[in-house]
Amino acid sequence: MGKGRGESLLVETGYSMQFSQILQYLLSGLSIGAIYALIGVGFSIIYNATGIINFAQGEFVMLGGMLTLFFLEMLKFPLWLAIPCAIAASTAAGILFERLAIRPLRRPTPINLVILTIGGSILIRGLAMLVWGKDTHAIPSFSGDEPISIGGATILPQHLWILGVTLLMVSVNKFYFNRTISGKAMRACAYNRRAASLVGIDVRRMVMLSFAISSAMGAVAGIIVAPLTMVAYDVGGMLGLKGFCAAIVGGMSSGIPTVMGGLILGVLESMGAGLISSGYKDAIAFIVLLLLLFLRPQGLFGKPESERV
Amino acid sequence: MRRRFVGMVSGLTVMLFCGSALAAGTIKIGGLFAVTGPASFLGDPGKKTFELLVKKANENGGINGMKLEAVIYDTGGDATKAVQLATKLIKDDKVSVILGPTTTGESMAVIPVAEREKIPMISCGAGVKITEPAKHCVFKTPANDHVAVEKILGYMAGKKQKTIALLTVTDGFGASGREQLKLLAKQKGFTILADEVYGPKDTDMTAQLTKIRSIKPDAIICWGTNPGPAVITRNVKQLGIKTPLYMSHGVASKEYIRLAGAAAAEGIILPTGKLAIYNFLSKSDPQAKLLKEYVQQYYEAYHEEASTFGGYAYDAFQLISNAIKTGGGTPEQIRTGIEHASKLVSVSGIFTMSPKDHNGLDLSAFEMVRITNGEWALAR
Amino acid sequence: MKRELLKFLAFALFVCLVPLACRGGYLINVLLFVGINTMLAIALNLLLGYAGQISLGHAGFFGLGAYLSGILTVTYGWNPWLAMPAAAALVGCLAGLLGFPILKLRGHYLAMATLGMGIIIYIVFNETIELTGGPSGLSGIANLSIGSLTFDSDCKNYYLVWFFALVTVLFSLNVANSRIGRALKAINDSEVAARVVGVNARLLKVQIFALSAIICSLAGSLYAHCMTFISPASFGFNFSVELLTMVVIGGLGSVYGPFLGAALLTLLPEILRGANDYDIVIYGALLVLMVMFMPGGLVRGFPELRRRLAKRKGGVEHA
Repeated sequence: MGKGRGESLLVETGYSMQFSQILQYLLSGLSIGAIYALIGVGFSIIYNATGIINFAQGEFVMLGGMLTLFFLEMLKFPLWLAIPCAIAASTAAGILFERLAIRPLRRPTPINLVILTIGGSILIRGLAMLVWGKDTHAIPSFSGDEPISIGGATILPQHLWILGVTLLMVSVNKFYFNRTISGKAMRACAYNRRAASLVGIDVRRMVMLSFAISSAMGAVAGIIVAPLTMVAYDVGGMLGLKGFCAAIVGGMSSGIPTVMGGLILGVLESMGAGLISSGYKDAIAFIVLLLLLFLRPQGLFGKPESERV
Repeated sequence: MRRRFVGMVSGLTVMLFCGSALAAGTIKIGGLFAVTGPASFLGDPGKKTFELLVKKANENGGINGMKLEAVIYDTGGDATKAVQLATKLIKDDKVSVILGPTTTGESMAVIPVAEREKIPMISCGAGVKITEPAKHCVFKTPANDHVAVEKILGYMAGKKQKTIALLTVTDGFGASGREQLKLLAKQKGFTILADEVYGPKDTDMTAQLTKIRSIKPDAIICWGTNPGPAVITRNVKQLGIKTPLYMSHGVASKEYIRLAGAAAAEGIILPTGKLAIYNFLSKSDPQAKLLKEYVQQYYEAYHEEASTFGGYAYDAFQLISNAIKTGGGTPEQIRTGIEHASKLVSVSGIFTMSPKDHNGLDLSAFEMVRITNGEWALAR
Repeated sequence: MKRELLKFLAFALFVCLVPLACRGGYLINVLLFVGINTMLAIALNLLLGYAGQISLGHAGFFGLGAYLSGILTVTYGWNPWLAMPAAAALVGCLAGLLGFPILKLRGHYLAMATLGMGIIIYIVFNETIELTGGPSGLSGIANLSIGSLTFDSDCKNYYLVWFFALVTVLFSLNVANSRIGRALKAINDSEVAARVVGVNARLLKVQIFALSAIICSLAGSLYAHCMTFISPASFGFNFSVELLTMVVIGGLGSVYGPFLGAALLTLLPEILRGANDYDIVIYGALLVLMVMFMPGGLVRGFPELRRRLAKRKGGVEHA
């Protein structure tokens, strides 16, 4: 009898441990996924306004982190001031990139634009290396490092910042695109650029605006994640890649689907690492994503479209 | 013994007969460093150290009256590039000896070239495979991984810790450490309960650590180079894991403490070369004076802290200049000279090479340290 | 056709004579890699330039060829000349199988699927340590040899690699001027229209995908036997992107464009070597400028520039 009870107790503790473990995987996955989502939304905004897949998107994430560090350490700004300055500077860099490289392009085929943005990302990364060196740097957390326990899992205050800021950014985005004139104009550009310009929308301005918004979003992502992951001139590549995947899973939408895409990717990675194999975690995430794409070639959340010829 | 004698005699003969001719000449030393790319934190201090030492040597009139000329290339940490540049050093620049490459992967790629062209190379990579088995022309200065592993396991045995969880990075450094850890843990009666890995660019390792936490090992050993281990250190703190955490010598620099934060890094134990703890060494330690000089010279020249990784290049340069002093400047003379190095005091340790041992370091190269209040402290 | 052949012969002659100019030095080693990269760029160009299908995972096929050759010769003691076609056949089958679901996707979904495929292959190289040696790499791969002639020096390997590269050029020349080439171009313009006129678009896309993978695999085998050492780092996502850059910078859908792109991107880092840390900045800036000022790629860029200059001159004269 006693033995039986002991066994059931064991099963119970085993179960609860399993639960807290899975909760931990979930929370870790969600917070890293939120970052992918923010970067992914940046990809989508530019894609929708211009048809460009901006492979330099990851570099704005790096710029956000590095510039915050620059304002903090070099100019001795307080954190609350350093962050808006860093976002402003990254946004300026995004606008500059659009004006100097994208706009003057004479034959903007999609593939040329891909190579152009790849070149741009190498250029930005190289400049960052020259200016700030090759070292990795730590950035202080926004509100301390004391872990918070939730049902047996622990997260840091910074994770809450990440989730909160992501939520905020996505809602602001939604408001902007649905409720403001310039947001609606940008959506009009996404549907049909020529028609948009015919009804008097300045398409060029919209393109520039899309670069401004998405570089700002990239910078925000870079800033809120930097206290956890640290920052160096070369962090942009990997994060950019993951953001790109999030955007594609979300069907290049600048709203909820891409956010879902990012979160799914983050959770898949974290669950894969915890439950199956840490070595294959990225592979597991990609295999699941590929299978989903094979089953739904139009994207996870997209409706099948008939192609007009 | 006999070979050493022959070497000395031939060296002497060369000095006697062509001393004047050689005195006027220069010796070209090739340098291959991963100055850019993912391994730049290893390659950059190496290159700086090498440049510094060549400059100093020439200011002091060269070695045996011969000036040194450094030809340095950046491999970007890429094996293909390393092979191309090694070929360039040998064929175009006609160097007598190659210092580098920086990483294990690059070194393995360059070895066939060096062997074929009979040009000695001294790798700054840590992997055991580089010099085991010993190859004719290939040497390395970082202590073999298994020396560091033995040091950690020895320390753990003293603390009665029997079960281990591994968390290693999936690059050459991590893979080599993982292999040695598994091998030696088995030999010495430890049990490996978990064998987790993470990618060099990963930014969150809580998933792996959560799994490890549920297994309850006596100790966690992490094998990697910055920034991964710093992230892991913070993740361990976040998850409230109290299990002792051991790091590899790959993070034996102040940089790691700075990145992880002194609070999170408190109590971390790792093996380190003596450079990191040079001011704790007793005056009688044979390395004490040299280490202090190196740190000062490096700081004067670059206003940066000297690192263990730069030390590997220092060792290599010491071996080369010692070989030139005792033997002469042709590739074969340098090779023989390096192989005969005996009790040569340098940064990473005291080198004694032999035809079978082309690394020349033993357990004494490392000390176990514990991070206390953001500083190193000897762990006993 | 005759002009094409003459052009090819001139190119082949040029390739054969180049080593004489560099006197067995280091440059020849770099030129050897231009050969390998030319093969890879041509392979990707078949897919991207002719059929209009993007791939961000071709480094994976390159790596598979290298690793299969390496493992078959080192671990199982096969003859390299046997391992090479075996690897190519295996990679071809794999690409054929993967091609059916992957090529059903379009646009950025296709980009993401091929990217994922490449990354998965890369992870497998890293993780199957018993087989591939993991991140530390696989060493001791034998050089190729014919009878008593062993390809163990850069000069010999140069001719070996370029023999294969020239065959690839010839092959792509044939594809370009064949029924298949025209069918592919039709798919590129409009897949539906191509279907309507009776092109089995789906099958053709998969076939060209597999063919492209086979060429990559052969290049990989050559790489493995020339280098005698391989490690996963050479076959990552970055290299896939570099290949894509070669094709676009060289000129999409042309026969010699991929060669120009491969030559430029392989030689450029060597030229920039003197610039120390600035090389990466210059490299990035050059890519941007090339796309801005030669959007048709190198192969069309120079005639285009000349035409534009002539026009400007003409305009001035008229005025």
